[in-house]
Amino acid sequence: MSLFQYEYMLRALLGALIIGLAAPALGTYLVQRRLALIGDGIGHVALTGVGAGLLFGTSPVIMAVIAAIVGAVAIELIRERGRTSGDLALALLFYGGIAGGVVLVGLSDSTSANLNAYLFGALTTTSREDLVTIAVLGVAVLIAMIGLRPALFAVCHDEEYARVSGLPVRALNLLLAVTTAVTVTIAMRAVGVLLISALMVVPVATAQQVTRGFRATMAAAMALGLFAAGAGIWLAAVADTAPGASVVVLAIASFVAVTLLVAGWRRLRRGRPQPAPAPEPHEVVLGGS
Amino acid sequence: MTPEVLTVTHGVVGYDGRPVLRDVSLTVTTGEVVALLGANGSGKSTLIRAVLGLVPLSVGSVTLFGQPARRFRQWHRIGYVPQRLGAGSGVPATVTEVVASGRLARRGVLRPAGRADRAAVAAALRAVGLADRADDPVATLSGGQQQRTLIARALAGEPELLVLDEPTAGVDATSQEAFAGALRAFVGGGGTVLLVAHELGPLRPLISRAVVVHQGVIAHDGAVPDPAGHHAEPDHDHVHPHGPEEPAGLWSTR
Repeated sequence: MSLFQYEYMLRALLGALIIGLAAPALGTYLVQRRLALIGDGIGHVALTGVGAGLLFGTSPVIMAVIAAIVGAVAIELIRERGRTSGDLALALLFYGGIAGGVVLVGLSDSTSANLNAYLFGALTTTSREDLVTIAVLGVAVLIAMIGLRPALFAVCHDEEYARVSGLPVRALNLLLAVTTAVTVTIAMRAVGVLLISALMVVPVATAQQVTRGFRATMAAAMALGLFAAGAGIWLAAVADTAPGASVVVLAIASFVAVTLLVAGWRRLRRGRPQPAPAPEPHEVVLGGS
Repeated sequence: MTPEVLTVTHGVVGYDGRPVLRDVSLTVTTGEVVALLGANGSGKSTLIRAVLGLVPLSVGSVTLFGQPARRFRQWHRIGYVPQRLGAGSGVPATVTEVVASGRLARRGVLRPAGRADRAAVAAALRAVGLADRADDPVATLSGGQQQRTLIARALAGEPELLVLDEPTAGVDATSQEAFAGALRAFVGGGGTVLLVAHELGPLRPLISRAVVVHQGVIAHDGAVPDPAGHHAEPDHDHVHPHGPEEPAGLWSTR
């Protein structure tokens, strides 16, 4: 593809592919936890870090990682403790985060274009160092999410049972929180703060319409994320659209396509006279044999 | 080795200042099958949650396998069966995936599943009669089958003590029978059981001791109350341990 003869396009593509794999791997746990929008919230908090970085002339991405981790751990501790007040505490954190970010960016001499880069992503400005950061952190996220899958699945599926199993429930929860923060900050480069959750959640929502198990859902979501990232960057290059938004639009297009296909398939099967409305399966008592 | 599998000594539990358990002492020894009976809100579920460390005791102490619960780390010796599948399940999971969680207490967080783990999962699925549903999403199972999945999950860890919270509540007859069979095999292998129950049903012959919890205290500890068949009598006065305004004295042996 001649478009990718430019190094910056190649870097954009590589960065997007890594994020396309890592974000849905994490997102599978978040969806199971019913925390689908947590990435969005942490993205808001990360923006304060970006603002602080721009204001004090330190690396915005590093400051964003720090702010996001602090925010994610705070959210996890609130979740662990609270019941009713958790909702409000989260709202305060989210809106405080984005407002703080906008104020801090305003105080610094940065232009609004600079803020936009973090709000909506600026993949094509990915430097060589950025790509290394994305690669290292992305691979770390993938290793943690895939390597610890049984334990993370147990904690997300039934936290009390995991506790009685003697699993380090709090450590695993904090690991998920920190991983979310890290994924958010590297995905911020690609799709921007406002679209991060889409890359974590939409491929999972698409995959679980056709999968039967957790592992299969995770694998399919990662494949879909990879596809959306690759095709989105290609589309951005060909049609000169915003790369981050193109990735998300393609992810959502896959969701719609799969939803329609599944609905059509169901109707087709129902249309056929044969398999009567699946009877309650036989309850077999094997008596230990 | 002490034969005491678990003890609760003068346990007190309160939620938001309201006492749920008031000075409860209970000892379960190896090989016993103890049924905790009582009305809704009597504190029987709270008692097992306190035993498992899911609810803190405000007064008193718990020991598990002779060790203070605070220092207890051998969680693989305990298999816990909650009342129902945890609410958190936005993503589909197969029966095998859920049951495989039961091996984590034994193999730890970092070690990947080996042949022994897979064999134990398969054996647990057979024990509850769900081998043919192994690859189905749990969400497509009936309530009774989901309950059996949770029992298989506990059995997969090859525990010495099974703690079950209302395992047969709202479960169809087939699943109750399958469940009773699995429990019989577990007890036959030397296992100890502590279960909370509303109705004993097909489990009754397995129970070696009944403990009735009433308004946060133990009202009866000994033989299983109201013998089988009694209920069936046409003029039987249907008095249950879970009658709301039941006097405690009815179940006390004194």
